[in-house]
Amino acid sequence: MTPRSSTLQNRQNISGLSVIDLCTHGRGPYSLHIAPGECVSLRGDSGSGKSLLLRAIADLAPHTGQVLLDSTPSTQIAAPQWRKQVALLPAESHWWKDEVGAHFAGEECRWFDVLGFSAETMRWQISRLSSGEKQRLALARVLMNKPQVLLLDEPTASLDADNVIVVEKLIDEYRRDTGAAVLWVSHDAQQAARVGSRHLQLTTEGVREYSV
Amino acid sequence: MIMLNTVDLALAAGLVLAMAALSWRMQLGLSGQLLIAGTRTVVQLLLIGLVLKALFANVDLLWVAGISLVMLLAAGREVMARQQRRFTGWWGFGMGTGAMFVSSFAITVLALTSMVATDPWYDPQYAVPLLGMLLGNTMSGIALALDRLTSTAWQQRAIIEQRLMLGATRLEAIAEIRREAMRSGMMPIINAMAAAGLVSLPGMMTGQILAGSPPLEAVKYQILIMFLISAGTGFGVTAALWLASKRLFDERHRLRLDKLSGPRH
Repeated sequence: MTPRSSTLQNRQNISGLSVIDLCTHGRGPYSLHIAPGECVSLRGDSGSGKSLLLRAIADLAPHTGQVLLDSTPSTQIAAPQWRKQVALLPAESHWWKDEVGAHFAGEECRWFDVLGFSAETMRWQISRLSSGEKQRLALARVLMNKPQVLLLDEPTASLDADNVIVVEKLIDEYRRDTGAAVLWVSHDAQQAARVGSRHLQLTTEGVREYSV
Repeated sequence: MIMLNTVDLALAAGLVLAMAALSWRMQLGLSGQLLIAGTRTVVQLLLIGLVLKALFANVDLLWVAGISLVMLLAAGREVMARQQRRFTGWWGFGMGTGAMFVSSFAITVLALTSMVATDPWYDPQYAVPLLGMLLGNTMSGIALALDRLTSTAWQQRAIIEQRLMLGATRLEAIAEIRREAMRSGMMPIINAMAAAGLVSLPGMMTGQILAGSPPLEAVKYQILIMFLISAGTGFGVTAALWLASKRLFDERHRLRLDKLSGPRH
């Protein structure tokens, strides 16, 4: 089902994430739909605008067109609330306090064990984290908001093979438990085939579905 | 009070000429600048002296308002000129100028009507110097604070956006940067108040003492001015930072650095 062809009438009953004729930074229009509990992979040449698309869906960049979550347009939800529900995990994470724990608002994080961290990790200094640790901690941090949509920009790029499996499994479990919709940008064709049930390619004309 | 005559001033000018000659001999490359700046001092101060003389002779609210407007616009231009990355369009000028207008004018009018209690309240002998001191200090504070805010936001754009991604509001995302900017805008006047009398004798007090005022009267005026300046700078910087930090984002809480111009070279 493509949202573009749906009428306004039945659009009201669509759950999950719908992107309709989205244009940003002179690119697009992009249209796509991800059902609750579905994981869709996204690929495209570097510079094709994958990160720009994710930024626009999270409403961080000015855009035209519509993005809807469970049929509610993003414009009807306060922007900070929207970004908690439609969460973007960027390729590079950023940290503004000295200690890890300060970024978790002092709360415990139930995903630390699975990711190979402990309660002690909350006291670690940000400046001493490896890029792999940062990437795993950034995933734990974004899951704390309990998002309904996960926009993942190469979430395993800095990880070793073991941790790639750990992270893939964690995201899969989160998706099953919460019914979250996942859009997963990956350069790795094998990973895309492993994690995605559908596969999208970003081109200059828009988004095209392909099969593996 | 001992009046200065032309010979006195000529002697002082001779000192500047001697320094210029020395600089020329030592090839410091300063003599030209020194002479031009000296000439500008003479011309500009004589002009403002004439303006004030005319103003004092005709006490008229319209004239006072006119010269206040000129002072405000000059200060607004100065704030804009000191920004590395300024807001594009009308905002670049209007933000600092608006904040200075609200704080400096309100405080000056308050001081004239309730503390100094001149008659009429716009008596230029008090109104113009008071407004000048407030504008000058508020201007420095606002220029420092705005420059700090915009340049830090530019450097830390990735961190600000990361916080927005995690659901922070625009005010939360820029809170620390705004606090730092506020601090740098207020530092000069706080330092001046702390050092007053110990390290430096403030200019206005020195002037009044030279003019023959009893020292304690001069001190009271200086204390009043210091307090007015710190309040005026505080309110002005707060207003300017509030406007600027809102303006850095749009209504969907997106960081919009495209509203800033590129760095000046």
